[in-house]
Amino acid sequence: MSALLDVENLRVTFPTRTGLIEAVRGVSFSLGRERLGIVGESGSGKSQTGRAIMGLTPPQAEVTARTLAFDGIDLLAASPRDRRALRGKRIAMILQDPKYSLDPVMSIGRQIVETLRTHERVSRAEARDRAFAMLEAVQIRDPSRVFDLHPHEVSGGMGQRAMIAMMLIAGPEMMIADEPTSALDVTVQLDVLGILDRLVSERGMGLIFISHDLRLVSSFCDRVIVMYAGKVVEQLKASELGRAQHPYTRGLLNCMPKIGADRHPLPVLDRKPEWAA
Amino acid sequence: MTSALFIDRLEVIFDRFRALKGVSLEVQSGESFGLVGESGSGKSTLLRAIAGLAPVASGSITVNGKTLGPRRDKAFYREVQMVFQDPYGSLHPRQTVDRLLQEPLAIHGFADGEKRIVRALDEVGLGTGFRFRYAHQLSGGQRQRVAIARALILEPSILLLDEPTSALDASVQAEVLNLLEEVRRRRKLTFLMVSHDLAIITHMCERLMVMQNGEAVEKLTADDLVRRHVTKDYTRNLLRASEGFVRTA
Repeated sequence: MSALLDVENLRVTFPTRTGLIEAVRGVSFSLGRERLGIVGESGSGKSQTGRAIMGLTPPQAEVTARTLAFDGIDLLAASPRDRRALRGKRIAMILQDPKYSLDPVMSIGRQIVETLRTHERVSRAEARDRAFAMLEAVQIRDPSRVFDLHPHEVSGGMGQRAMIAMMLIAGPEMMIADEPTSALDVTVQLDVLGILDRLVSERGMGLIFISHDLRLVSSFCDRVIVMYAGKVVEQLKASELGRAQHPYTRGLLNCMPKIGADRHPLPVLDRKPEWAA
Repeated sequence: MTSALFIDRLEVIFDRFRALKGVSLEVQSGESFGLVGESGSGKSTLLRAIAGLAPVASGSITVNGKTLGPRRDKAFYREVQMVFQDPYGSLHPRQTVDRLLQEPLAIHGFADGEKRIVRALDEVGLGTGFRFRYAHQLSGGQRQRVAIARALILEPSILLLDEPTSALDASVQAEVLNLLEEVRRRRKLTFLMVSHDLAIITHMCERLMVMQNGEAVEKLTADDLVRRHVTKDYTRNLLRASEGFVRTA
Protein backbone atom coordinates (compact mmCIF):
# COMPACT_ATOMS: atom_id res chain seq x y z
CA MET A 1 0.00 0.00 0.00
CA SER A 2 1.42 3.33 -1.01
CA ALA A 3 1.24 5.99 1.65
CA LEU A 4 -1.18 8.87 1.42
CA LEU A 5 1.13 11.15 3.29
CA ASP A 6 4.89 10.99 3.67
CA VAL A 7 6.63 13.10 6.24
CA GLU A 8 10.37 12.90 6.69
CA ASN A 9 12.46 15.09 8.93
CA LEU A 10 9.85 17.84 9.28
CA ARG A 11 11.05 20.96 11.09
CA VAL A 12 9.11 24.09 12.00
CA THR A 13 11.15 27.01 13.30
CA PHE A 14 9.87 30.27 14.76
CA PRO A 15 12.10 33.32 14.92
CA THR A 16 11.70 35.11 18.26
CA ARG A 17 13.47 37.98 19.98
CA THR A 18 15.55 35.50 21.93
CA GLY A 19 16.56 33.44 18.91
CA LEU A 20 15.11 30.58 16.93
CA ILE A 21 12.56 28.32 18.57
CA GLU A 22 12.23 24.89 17.00
CA ALA A 23 8.63 23.82 17.60
CA VAL A 24 8.97 20.67 15.49
CA ARG A 25 12.40 19.04 15.33
CA GLY A 26 12.68 16.32 12.74
CA VAL A 27 9.38 14.46 12.74
CA SER A 28 8.97 11.53 10.36
CA PHE A 29 5.99 9.31 9.76
CA SER A 30 3.75 8.08 6.99
CA LEU A 31 0.01 7.74 6.84
CA GLY A 32 -2.09 5.29 4.87
CA ARG A 33 -5.84 4.96 4.96
CA GLU A 34 -5.83 4.56 8.70
CA ARG A 35 -6.37 6.41 11.94
CA LEU A 36 -3.15 7.81 13.31
CA GLY A 37 -3.03 9.53 16.67
CA ILE A 38 -0.48 12.19 17.58
CA VAL A 39 -0.26 12.66 21.33
CA GLY A 40 1.73 15.05 23.44
CA GLU A 41 1.46 17.79 26.00
CA SER A 42 1.15 21.48 25.24
CA GLY A 43 4.27 22.70 23.50
CA SER A 44 5.21 19.25 22.19
CA GLY A 45 4.74 20.39 18.58
CA LYS A 46 1.78 18.16 17.76
CA SER A 47 -0.46 20.98 16.52
CA GLN A 48 2.37 22.62 14.56
CA THR A 49 2.98 19.29 12.84
CA GLY A 50 -0.65 19.20 11.74
CA ARG A 51 -0.61 22.81 10.66
CA ALA A 52 2.57 22.39 8.64
CA ILE A 53 0.98 19.52 6.68
CA MET A 54 -2.10 21.64 6.12
CA GLY A 55 -0.01 24.65 5.11
CA LEU A 56 -1.30 26.83 7.90
CA THR A 57 2.00 27.65 9.59
CA PRO A 58 2.24 31.37 10.43
CA PRO A 59 4.19 33.26 7.71
CA GLN A 60 7.11 34.20 9.95
CA ALA A 61 7.88 30.56 10.71
CA GLU A 62 10.02 28.37 8.51
CA VAL A 63 9.00 24.86 7.49
CA THR A 64 11.61 22.46 6.14
CA ALA A 65 11.50 18.75 5.45
CA ARG A 66 13.35 16.16 3.47
CA THR A 67 9.97 14.91 2.28
CA LEU A 68 6.53 16.36 2.80
CA ALA A 69 4.40 14.71 0.19
CA PHE A 70 0.68 14.14 -0.08
CA ASP A 71 -0.26 11.52 -2.65
CA GLY A 72 3.01 12.13 -4.47
CA ILE A 73 2.62 15.93 -4.50
CA ASP A 74 5.56 17.75 -2.92
CA LEU A 75 3.76 20.12 -0.57
CA LEU A 76 6.75 22.36 0.08
CA ALA A 77 7.37 22.92 -3.64
CA ALA A 78 3.69 23.45 -4.48
CA SER A 79 2.56 26.98 -5.25
CA PRO A 80 0.20 28.73 -2.80
CA ARG A 81 -2.49 28.34 -5.43
CA ASP A 82 -2.01 24.58 -5.66
CA ARG A 83 -1.99 24.25 -1.92
CA ARG A 84 -5.20 26.23 -1.69
CA ALA A 85 -6.78 23.82 -4.13
CA LEU A 86 -5.73 20.89 -1.94
CA ARG A 87 -6.77 22.49 1.30
CA GLY A 88 -10.43 21.87 2.00
CA LYS A 89 -10.76 19.66 -1.08
CA ARG A 90 -8.40 16.74 -0.58
CA ILE A 91 -7.01 17.59 2.86
CA ALA A 92 -9.38 18.87 5.53
CA MET A 93 -8.86 19.97 9.10
CA ILE A 94 -11.16 20.02 12.12
CA LEU A 95 -10.20 22.44 14.85
CA GLN A 96 -10.70 22.29 18.57
CA ASP A 97 -13.39 24.75 19.42
CA PRO A 98 -16.34 25.41 17.07
CA LYS A 99 -16.98 28.63 18.97
CA TYR A 100 -13.80 30.13 17.56
CA SER A 101 -13.28 28.30 14.31
CA LEU A 102 -16.65 28.85 12.65
CA ASP A 103 -17.46 32.22 11.13
CA PRO A 104 -19.68 33.93 13.72
CA VAL A 105 -21.53 36.17 11.25
CA MET A 106 -22.38 33.54 8.64
CA SER A 107 -25.09 30.92 8.98
CA ILE A 108 -23.90 27.34 9.32
CA GLY A 109 -25.52 26.37 6.04
CA ARG A 110 -23.83 29.16 4.09
CA GLN A 111 -20.44 28.16 5.48
CA ILE A 112 -20.92 24.58 4.36
CA VAL A 113 -22.12 25.66 0.92
CA GLU A 114 -19.18 28.04 0.62
CA THR A 115 -16.71 25.19 1.15
CA LEU A 116 -18.40 23.08 -1.47
CA ARG A 117 -18.71 25.84 -4.10
CA THR A 118 -15.08 26.86 -3.61
CA HIS A 119 -13.96 23.44 -4.76
CA GLU A 120 -16.67 22.22 -7.10
CA ARG A 121 -18.84 23.80 -9.74
CA VAL A 122 -22.31 23.03 -8.49
CA SER A 123 -25.56 24.93 -8.65
CA ARG A 124 -26.92 26.68 -5.58
CA ALA A 125 -29.78 24.23 -5.27
CA GLU A 126 -27.52 21.21 -5.54
CA ALA A 127 -25.07 22.68 -3.02
CA ARG A 128 -27.94 23.20 -0.63
CA ASP A 129 -29.16 19.64 -1.05
CA ARG A 130 -25.70 18.25 -0.48
CA ALA A 131 -25.26 20.39 2.62
CA PHE A 132 -28.56 19.02 3.97
CA ALA A 133 -27.44 15.47 3.27
CA MET A 134 -24.12 16.13 4.97
CA LEU A 135 -25.80 17.59 8.06
CA GLU A 136 -27.91 14.47 8.20
CA ALA A 137 -24.80 12.32 7.90
CA VAL A 138 -23.39 13.92 11.05
CA GLN A 139 -26.64 13.06 12.82
CA ILE A 140 -28.19 16.47 13.01
CA ARG A 141 -31.86 15.65 13.26
CA ASP A 142 -33.34 18.80 11.79
CA PRO A 143 -30.95 19.91 9.02
CA SER A 144 -33.22 22.57 7.55
CA ARG A 145 -33.38 24.37 10.89
CA VAL A 146 -29.68 24.08 11.67
CA PHE A 147 -28.80 25.21 8.15
CA ASP A 148 -30.09 28.71 8.91
CA LEU A 149 -28.69 29.01 12.43
CA HIS A 150 -25.59 30.99 13.31
CA PRO A 151 -22.77 29.33 15.28
CA HIS A 152 -23.69 31.08 18.56
CA GLU A 153 -27.17 29.56 18.39
CA VAL A 154 -25.99 25.96 18.59
CA SER A 155 -24.35 23.91 21.34
CA GLY A 156 -20.70 22.90 21.27
CA GLY A 157 -21.51 19.35 20.15
CA MET A 158 -23.78 20.61 17.38
CA GLY A 159 -21.17 23.16 16.28
CA GLN A 160 -18.53 20.46 16.10
CA ARG A 161 -20.82 18.26 13.99
CA ALA A 162 -21.42 21.22 11.69
CA MET A 163 -17.68 21.64 11.34
CA ILE A 164 -17.24 17.95 10.52
CA ALA A 165 -20.00 18.31 7.90
CA MET A 166 -18.21 21.33 6.45
CA MET A 167 -14.90 19.49 6.29
CA LEU A 168 -16.32 16.35 4.73
CA ILE A 169 -18.57 17.88 2.12
CA ALA A 170 -15.84 18.21 -0.49
CA GLY A 171 -14.94 14.55 0.05
CA PRO A 172 -11.36 14.85 1.34
CA GLU A 173 -8.97 11.90 1.28
CA MET A 174 -7.16 12.95 4.38
CA MET A 175 -8.41 14.64 7.51
CA ILE A 176 -6.44 16.29 10.27
CA ALA A 177 -8.43 16.61 13.49
CA ASP A 178 -6.74 18.85 16.03
CA GLU A 179 -8.26 18.19 19.44
CA PRO A 180 -11.70 17.81 17.85
CA THR A 181 -13.47 16.87 21.07
CA SER A 182 -11.50 18.57 23.83
CA ALA A 183 -14.02 21.41 24.17
CA LEU A 184 -16.95 19.00 24.48
CA ASP A 185 -18.59 17.14 27.34
CA VAL A 186 -17.55 13.52 27.77
CA THR A 187 -20.87 12.11 26.63
CA VAL A 188 -21.04 14.40 23.58
CA GLN A 189 -17.37 13.62 22.91
CA LEU A 190 -18.21 9.99 22.25
CA ASP A 191 -21.08 10.86 19.90
CA VAL A 192 -18.81 13.10 17.84
CA LEU A 193 -16.06 10.48 17.80
CA GLY A 194 -18.59 7.87 16.71
CA ILE A 195 -19.64 10.03 13.76
CA LEU A 196 -16.05 10.77 12.83
CA ASP A 197 -15.14 7.10 13.08
CA ARG A 198 -18.00 5.95 10.87
CA LEU A 199 -17.40 8.58 8.19
CA VAL A 200 -13.67 7.97 8.11
CA SER A 201 -14.03 4.22 7.70
CA GLU A 202 -16.94 4.45 5.22
CA ARG A 203 -15.07 6.86 2.99
CA GLY A 204 -11.68 5.21 3.42
CA MET A 205 -10.00 8.40 4.57
CA GLY A 206 -6.69 8.81 6.29
CA LEU A 207 -7.10 10.48 9.66
CA ILE A 208 -4.57 12.26 11.82
CA PHE A 209 -6.04 12.69 15.27
CA ILE A 210 -4.13 15.17 17.40
CA SER A 211 -4.84 15.14 21.11
CA HIS A 212 -3.33 15.51 24.55
CA ASP A 213 -5.46 12.63 25.82
CA LEU A 214 -3.42 9.46 25.43
CA ARG A 215 -6.18 7.16 26.63
CA LEU A 216 -8.82 8.61 24.33
CA VAL A 217 -6.48 8.43 21.35
CA SER A 218 -5.52 4.85 22.03
CA SER A 219 -9.17 3.81 22.18
CA PHE A 220 -9.88 5.52 18.87
CA CYS A 221 -6.82 5.17 16.64
CA ASP A 222 -4.95 2.30 15.00
CA ARG A 223 -1.51 3.71 15.61
CA VAL A 224 -0.14 6.33 17.99
CA ILE A 225 2.81 8.69 17.74
CA VAL A 226 3.96 10.19 21.03
CA MET A 227 5.67 13.57 20.80
CA TYR A 228 7.82 15.34 23.34
CA ALA A 229 9.62 18.67 22.87
CA GLY A 230 9.11 18.69 19.11
CA LYS A 231 10.27 15.10 18.55
CA VAL A 232 8.68 11.72 18.17
CA VAL A 233 9.72 9.71 21.21
CA GLU A 234 7.69 6.62 20.44
CA GLN A 235 5.52 5.09 17.71
CA LEU A 236 3.35 2.14 18.52
CA LYS A 237 0.12 0.32 17.76
CA ALA A 238 -2.73 1.67 19.86
CA SER A 239 -3.51 -1.83 21.09
CA GLU A 240 0.04 -2.17 22.41
CA LEU A 241 0.00 1.00 24.46
CA GLY A 242 0.22 -1.07 27.63
CA ARG A 243 3.63 -2.25 26.40
CA ALA A 244 4.96 1.27 25.78
CA GLN A 245 8.74 1.42 26.18
CA HIS A 246 9.52 5.09 26.54
CA PRO A 247 9.39 6.42 30.11
CA TYR A 248 7.55 9.53 28.91
CA THR A 249 4.71 7.49 27.37
CA ARG A 250 4.51 5.33 30.45
CA GLY A 251 4.59 8.35 32.75
CA LEU A 252 1.85 10.04 30.77
CA LEU A 253 -0.34 6.95 31.06
CA ASN A 254 0.40 6.56 34.74
CA CYS A 255 -0.21 10.06 35.98
CA MET A 256 -3.88 10.13 35.11
CA PRO A 257 -6.32 9.28 37.89
CA LYS A 258 -8.25 6.10 37.13
CA ILE A 259 -11.56 4.98 38.54
CA GLY A 260 -10.87 2.15 40.93
CA ALA A 261 -7.13 2.71 41.23
CA ASP A 262 -6.39 4.01 44.68
CA ARG A 263 -3.07 5.77 44.26
CA HIS A 264 -2.23 8.60 46.64
CA PRO A 265 -0.27 10.60 45.71
CA LEU A 266 -0.49 10.18 41.96
CA PRO A 267 2.80 9.30 40.26
CA VAL A 268 4.20 12.40 38.57
CA LEU A 269 6.35 12.68 35.50
CA ASP A 270 10.02 12.94 36.21
CA ARG A 271 11.19 14.73 33.08
CA LYS A 272 14.63 13.76 31.89
CA PRO A 273 16.68 16.21 29.82
CA GLU A 274 17.77 13.38 27.51
CA TRP A 275 14.15 12.89 26.30
CA ALA A 276 14.37 16.22 24.53
CA ALA A 277 17.86 15.59 23.20
CA MET B 1 -20.04 17.11 64.55
CA THR B 2 -21.44 20.10 62.71
CA SER B 3 -21.47 20.18 58.97
CA ALA B 4 -19.11 22.59 57.28
CA LEU B 5 -21.56 23.33 54.55
CA PHE B 6 -25.30 22.88 54.52
CA ILE B 7 -27.30 23.86 51.48
CA ASP B 8 -31.06 23.67 51.57
CA ARG B 9 -33.26 23.77 48.46
CA LEU B 10 -31.08 26.31 46.71
CA GLU B 11 -32.50 28.03 43.64
CA VAL B 12 -30.45 30.21 41.32
CA ILE B 13 -32.24 32.13 38.58
CA PHE B 14 -30.50 34.12 35.84
CA ASP B 15 -33.17 36.38 34.33
CA ARG B 16 -35.80 33.75 33.69
CA PHE B 17 -33.46 30.76 33.42
CA ARG B 18 -33.48 28.43 36.42
CA ALA B 19 -29.85 27.34 36.67
CA LEU B 20 -30.31 25.54 39.99
CA LYS B 21 -33.64 23.92 40.82
CA GLY B 22 -33.78 23.36 44.54
CA VAL B 23 -30.52 21.56 45.25
CA SER B 24 -29.74 20.38 48.81
CA LEU B 25 -26.38 19.23 50.02
CA GLU B 26 -24.53 18.62 53.25
CA VAL B 27 -20.74 18.45 53.49
CA GLN B 28 -19.12 17.40 56.78
CA SER B 29 -16.18 19.24 58.19
CA GLY B 30 -12.94 17.82 56.78
CA GLU B 31 -14.71 15.98 54.02
CA SER B 32 -13.93 16.22 50.33
CA PHE B 33 -17.09 16.37 48.26
CA GLY B 34 -17.31 16.26 44.48
CA LEU B 35 -19.80 17.65 41.99
CA VAL B 36 -19.94 16.07 38.52
CA GLY B 37 -22.04 16.69 35.47
CA GLU B 38 -21.92 17.98 31.93
CA SER B 39 -21.67 21.66 31.05
CA GLY B 40 -24.84 23.49 31.95
CA SER B 41 -25.69 21.04 34.73
CA GLY B 42 -25.33 23.74 37.37
CA LYS B 43 -22.29 22.35 39.15
CA SER B 44 -20.23 25.52 38.81
CA THR B 45 -23.27 27.68 39.54
CA LEU B 46 -23.68 25.89 42.87
CA LEU B 47 -20.09 26.70 43.76
CA ARG B 48 -20.45 30.30 42.66
CA ALA B 49 -23.71 30.68 44.61
CA ILE B 50 -21.88 29.64 47.78
CA ALA B 51 -19.14 32.18 47.08
CA GLY B 52 -21.74 34.89 46.49
CA LEU B 53 -21.09 35.09 42.76
CA ALA B 54 -24.51 33.91 41.53
CA PRO B 55 -27.97 35.36 42.23
CA VAL B 56 -29.68 33.16 44.84
CA ALA B 57 -33.47 33.26 44.40
CA SER B 58 -34.44 31.08 47.36
CA GLY B 59 -33.11 28.44 49.71
CA SER B 60 -30.36 28.78 52.26
CA ILE B 61 -26.63 28.26 52.58
CA THR B 62 -25.14 27.55 56.01
CA VAL B 63 -21.39 27.64 56.51
CA ASN B 64 -19.96 26.30 59.76
CA GLY B 65 -23.32 26.76 61.47
CA LYS B 66 -23.92 30.29 60.23
CA THR B 67 -26.65 30.89 57.70
CA LEU B 68 -25.57 33.35 55.04
CA GLY B 69 -27.50 36.46 54.11
CA PRO B 70 -27.63 37.99 50.65
CA ARG B 71 -24.26 39.66 51.20
CA ARG B 72 -21.07 37.95 52.27
CA ASP B 73 -19.05 39.60 55.03
CA LYS B 74 -15.30 39.53 55.46
CA ALA B 75 -15.48 36.74 58.02
CA PHE B 76 -17.05 34.52 55.35
CA TYR B 77 -14.14 34.98 52.98
CA ARG B 78 -11.69 34.07 55.70
CA GLU B 79 -13.49 30.77 56.02
CA VAL B 80 -14.24 30.06 52.36
CA GLN B 81 -11.92 30.60 49.41
CA MET B 82 -12.20 29.57 45.79
CA VAL B 83 -9.83 28.35 43.10
CA PHE B 84 -11.04 28.90 39.55
CA GLN B 85 -10.74 26.81 36.43
CA ASP B 86 -8.65 29.00 34.23
CA PRO B 87 -5.36 30.07 35.77
CA TYR B 88 -4.84 32.34 32.76
CA GLY B 89 -7.96 34.33 33.53
CA SER B 90 -8.04 34.37 37.30
CA LEU B 91 -4.73 36.11 38.03
CA HIS B 92 -4.32 39.85 37.50
CA PRO B 93 -2.10 40.25 34.41
CA ARG B 94 -0.40 43.40 35.65
CA GLN B 95 0.29 42.39 39.22
CA THR B 96 3.28 40.45 40.44
CA VAL B 97 2.73 37.29 42.44
CA ASP B 98 3.75 39.26 45.53
CA ARG B 99 1.13 41.94 44.87
CA LEU B 100 -1.53 39.29 44.16
CA LEU B 101 -0.86 37.61 47.47
CA GLN B 102 -0.79 40.88 49.38
CA GLU B 103 -4.26 41.85 48.26
CA PRO B 104 -6.24 39.43 50.46
CA LEU B 105 -3.89 40.14 53.38
CA ALA B 106 -4.47 43.89 53.06
CA ILE B 107 -8.23 43.45 52.83
CA HIS B 108 -8.30 41.41 55.99
CA GLY B 109 -5.73 43.51 57.83
CA PHE B 110 -3.05 40.92 58.47
CA ALA B 111 0.11 42.40 59.91
CA ASP B 112 2.53 39.51 59.25
CA GLY B 113 2.15 39.66 55.46
CA GLU B 114 5.80 39.10 54.67
CA LYS B 115 5.95 35.85 56.60
CA ARG B 116 2.67 34.59 55.20
CA ILE B 117 3.64 35.22 51.59
CA VAL B 118 6.91 33.35 51.98
CA ARG B 119 5.12 30.50 53.72
CA ALA B 120 2.27 30.34 51.19
CA LEU B 121 4.67 30.19 48.24
CA ASP B 122 6.68 27.56 50.01
CA GLU B 123 3.59 25.52 50.76
CA VAL B 124 2.56 25.30 47.10
CA GLY B 125 6.09 24.35 46.08
CA LEU B 126 7.03 27.54 44.27
CA GLY B 127 9.62 29.11 46.54
CA THR B 128 10.41 32.80 46.79
CA GLY B 129 12.08 32.89 43.38
CA PHE B 130 8.62 33.32 41.88
CA ARG B 131 7.59 36.14 44.16
CA PHE B 132 8.23 39.07 41.85
CA ARG B 133 7.12 37.51 38.60
CA TYR B 134 4.04 38.31 36.58
CA ALA B 135 1.41 35.74 35.69
CA HIS B 136 2.49 35.68 32.04
CA GLN B 137 5.97 34.60 33.11
CA LEU B 138 4.59 31.44 34.67
CA SER B 139 3.42 28.15 33.17
CA GLY B 140 -0.18 26.99 33.60
CA GLY B 141 0.69 24.71 36.49
CA GLN B 142 2.69 27.41 38.24
CA ARG B 143 -0.20 29.85 37.83
CA GLN B 144 -2.62 27.41 39.37
CA ARG B 145 -0.18 27.01 42.27
CA VAL B 146 -0.24 30.78 42.76
CA ALA B 147 -4.06 30.69 42.71
CA ILE B 148 -3.98 27.98 45.38
CA ALA B 149 -1.48 29.99 47.43
CA ARG B 150 -3.78 33.00 47.21
CA ALA B 151 -6.70 30.92 48.43
CA LEU B 152 -4.70 29.41 51.30
CA ILE B 153 -3.05 32.58 52.53
CA LEU B 154 -6.07 33.55 54.65
CA GLU B 155 -6.12 30.08 56.20
CA PRO B 156 -9.67 29.21 55.22
CA SER B 157 -11.37 26.03 56.40
CA ILE B 158 -13.31 25.44 53.18
CA LEU B 159 -11.93 25.46 49.66
CA LEU B 160 -14.22 25.68 46.64
CA LEU B 161 -12.47 24.18 43.61
CA ASP B 162 -13.98 24.82 40.19
CA GLU B 163 -12.31 22.45 37.70
CA PRO B 164 -8.88 23.36 39.10
CA THR B 165 -6.95 21.15 36.67
CA SER B 166 -8.98 21.00 33.48
CA ALA B 167 -6.82 23.61 31.74
CA LEU B 168 -3.62 21.73 32.57
CA ASP B 169 -1.65 18.93 30.93
CA ALA B 170 -2.08 15.47 32.42
CA SER B 171 1.32 15.39 34.09
CA VAL B 172 0.85 18.88 35.57
CA GLN B 173 -2.65 17.90 36.63
CA ALA B 174 -1.21 15.07 38.69
CA GLU B 175 1.14 17.49 40.45
CA VAL B 176 -1.64 19.96 41.26
CA LEU B 177 -3.98 17.22 42.48
CA ASN B 178 -1.22 15.89 44.73
CA LEU B 179 -0.63 19.38 46.07
CA LEU B 180 -4.32 19.85 46.84
CA GLU B 181 -4.49 16.53 48.66
CA GLU B 182 -1.42 17.37 50.65
CA VAL B 183 -2.66 20.79 51.83
CA ARG B 184 -6.03 19.30 52.65
CA ARG B 185 -4.43 16.66 54.83
CA ARG B 186 -2.09 19.12 56.49
CA ARG B 187 -4.68 21.81 57.18
CA LYS B 188 -7.70 19.52 57.61
CA LEU B 189 -9.57 21.45 54.95
CA THR B 190 -13.04 20.80 53.61
CA PHE B 191 -13.16 20.57 49.81
CA LEU B 192 -16.07 21.12 47.50
CA MET B 193 -14.73 20.24 44.08
CA VAL B 194 -16.31 20.53 40.65
CA SER B 195 -15.11 18.46 37.72
CA HIS B 196 -16.51 16.93 34.58
CA ASP B 197 -14.05 14.07 35.01
CA LEU B 198 -15.34 11.17 37.09
CA ALA B 199 -11.87 9.74 37.53
CA ILE B 200 -10.60 12.94 39.14
CA ILE B 201 -13.59 13.15 41.46
CA THR B 202 -13.27 9.54 42.62
CA HIS B 203 -9.59 10.13 43.16
CA MET B 204 -10.04 13.30 45.20
CA CYS B 205 -13.40 12.94 46.94
CA GLU B 206 -15.11 10.60 49.39
CA ARG B 207 -18.61 11.46 48.31
CA LEU B 208 -20.05 13.04 45.22
CA MET B 209 -23.22 14.35 43.69
CA VAL B 210 -24.09 13.90 40.02
CA MET B 211 -25.94 16.84 38.52
CA GLN B 212 -27.93 17.41 35.34
CA ASN B 213 -30.02 20.38 34.21
CA GLY B 214 -29.70 22.18 37.53
CA GLU B 215 -30.87 19.21 39.56
CA ALA B 216 -29.20 16.56 41.65
CA VAL B 217 -29.38 13.22 39.83
CA GLU B 218 -27.93 11.16 42.65
CA LYS B 219 -25.57 11.28 45.58
CA LEU B 220 -23.13 8.46 46.13
CA THR B 221 -19.81 7.61 47.67
CA ALA B 222 -16.66 7.26 45.61
CA ASP B 223 -16.66 3.59 46.62
CA ASP B 224 -20.11 3.08 45.13
CA LEU B 225 -18.87 4.53 41.90
CA VAL B 226 -15.80 2.32 41.82
CA ARG B 227 -17.98 -0.74 42.41
CA ARG B 228 -20.51 0.49 39.87
CA HIS B 229 -23.26 0.71 42.47
CA VAL B 230 -25.08 3.44 40.60
CA THR B 231 -28.84 3.69 40.31
CA LYS B 232 -29.38 6.28 37.59
CA ASP B 233 -28.88 5.83 33.85
CA TYR B 234 -27.31 9.24 33.55
CA THR B 235 -24.53 8.32 35.96
CA ARG B 236 -24.05 5.03 34.13
CA ASN B 237 -23.65 6.95 30.86
CA LEU B 238 -21.05 9.21 32.44
CA LEU B 239 -19.19 6.16 33.73
CA ARG B 240 -19.23 4.54 30.33
CA ALA B 241 -18.10 7.74 28.64
CA SER B 242 -15.16 8.07 31.00
CA GLU B 243 -13.79 4.75 29.76
CA GLY B 244 -12.98 6.09 26.32
CA PHE B 245 -14.20 5.31 22.84
CA VAL B 246 -15.65 1.92 22.06
CA ARG B 247 -16.05 1.01 18.41
CA THR B 248 -19.42 -0.49 17.56
CA ALA B 249 -18.90 -2.86 14.70
